[in-house]
Amino acid sequence: MTTTTTTASPVAGKARARAARRRRGMLLVALLTLALVAPLFAYPVFLMKVLCFALFACAFNLLLGFAGLLSFGHAAFLATGGYVTGFLLSSYPGLTPELGIIVGTVAAVILGTLFGALAIRRQGIYFAMVTLALAQMMFFFYIQAPFTGGEDGLHGVPRGKLFGLIDLSNNLAMYYVVLAIFVIGFAIIQRTVHSPFGQVLKAIRENEPRAVSLGYNVDAYKLVAFVLSAGLAGLAGATKTVVFQLASLTDAHWHMSGEVILMTLVGGVGTLFGPLVGAGLVVSLQTQLAQSPLGNWVSVILGAIFVLCVLSFRSGIVGEIQRMVRKNFK
Amino acid sequence: MSQQYVLETRGLTKSFRGFTAVDGVDLKITEGHIHALIGPNGAGKTTVFNLLTKFLPPTRGDILYRGKPITRMRANEIARLGLVRSFQISAVFGHMTALENVRVALQRKLGTSFHFWKSERSLEPLNQRAMELLEEVGLADVADVLTVELPYGRKRALEVATTLALEPTVMLLDEPTQGMGAEDVDRIVALIRRVSAGRTVLMVEHNLSVVSRLCDRITVLARGAVLAEGDYASVSADPAVREAYMGSEASVAEEATT
Repeated sequence: MTTTTTTASPVAGKARARAARRRRGMLLVALLTLALVAPLFAYPVFLMKVLCFALFACAFNLLLGFAGLLSFGHAAFLATGGYVTGFLLSSYPGLTPELGIIVGTVAAVILGTLFGALAIRRQGIYFAMVTLALAQMMFFFYIQAPFTGGEDGLHGVPRGKLFGLIDLSNNLAMYYVVLAIFVIGFAIIQRTVHSPFGQVLKAIRENEPRAVSLGYNVDAYKLVAFVLSAGLAGLAGATKTVVFQLASLTDAHWHMSGEVILMTLVGGVGTLFGPLVGAGLVVSLQTQLAQSPLGNWVSVILGAIFVLCVLSFRSGIVGEIQRMVRKNFK
Repeated sequence: MSQQYVLETRGLTKSFRGFTAVDGVDLKITEGHIHALIGPNGAGKTTVFNLLTKFLPPTRGDILYRGKPITRMRANEIARLGLVRSFQISAVFGHMTALENVRVALQRKLGTSFHFWKSERSLEPLNQRAMELLEEVGLADVADVLTVELPYGRKRALEVATTLALEPTVMLLDEPTQGMGAEDVDRIVALIRRVSAGRTVLMVEHNLSVVSRLCDRITVLARGAVLAEGDYASVSADPAVREAYMGSEASVAEEATT
């Protein structure tokens, strides 16, 4: 304690890991408390939007940050979750929202399995291009398909009653449901990252040929990661549709795939809270700027922030903070 | 007849767009030997390596493991048979600790590697075995250090520990001493000798002093074909090898003493 040395002994390593775990736990509790009381200070619909996009970004981060796979087509999964849930809830008034969301998520999982199986055969930029091409196919499919409302999208999706009991037209009730969904999604991602599967995934990200030479069928692991990520992105999309009672083409557009990359990179790829911070920042800026005279410049401003981030702090906001903490509290 | 060889190739050939990198190579590797593959740059050593471990598909020819053809198997299946390779540049998982590096090799046996719903703690029973392996290569003191922070020589030792975790029957080492200082070379040579007990080792090596100290049998490749085969004394005496290998007669002997 008195003289901290830089040599890393096993004891120091373990102590450091334990301290990091404790910090992380404290931060989680603080954030959850904040999320529970947040509707007292902020407009619940805005908070729900942040949470939906945060879940979307966390799902994307699972793939890029922990499997090293850059998908440029995640909008397809967000939109699929949204459209399927929106269509079901609009067409079958008896259906409860949680069932609609589950089916929407399952649809994204199925689509993820299909796209993943095709895309993981290629690496790096080719992987990204394949996902983009497939997502564009979905975009045009959703324009043409009869159940999506084409350019107009699906409007007036009923929120309904959760389990047939809790009326979700109340924004506060809706908020806590969204928070619960987010926490579940976030927990799944955390567990995945810190699981035996997560270890292999990390190994593949670090050195793929070596993972092969240890006997791992790396494509199968990548596929599972891809499907998990797609499913959680679908869950985010499905939830968003229930919140806004709307499923639109914006979600399927490649802009959306780009936006989630932006959120993740600005927040900090491969970090626990990075995508959360990134999503919060981007959604806040979009909302604030849309109301200001700078409304038409949203994309330009976001682009400038992105460039600034990439140039000055590459590991993102949270990555940069982590580095500072590590330097000062060794 | 071929049963006595643990690994064998017959007419192994690999062409890249008309350029034949490996041309009809017949290798016979005896169980328990340390076998070296040497040759000048561009002789096709690493290509042979990649063919043997299925990182490249052969154009023609067969590969046999204990007499059974493995030519059509995939790279990860080869590893499961017990043929485990290393790489020319040290292949470690940088942002994982030394212990995790070894453990990730051990954990496949648990059969829970797809279980994304299980805690990492379910891997802790493997820690003891991982520590033993780290001790074996002299890395116990850095078990919890991130691998990127380790010096090069220790990364290579970690790679050996990770390979040993799979209990391979055949270890394929691609230039294990490349880029190392003399002290590290000695350490790795001692390590290879120690871990080769009860195993077969096939290594690509440039450092002829290492080859002369370690290897039971040597195959010399030149321009993708086998030029000579035998023990160190007979191979280094072969005039064809002397000419092809270093261009001048003296250098083989010189190299051996450095």
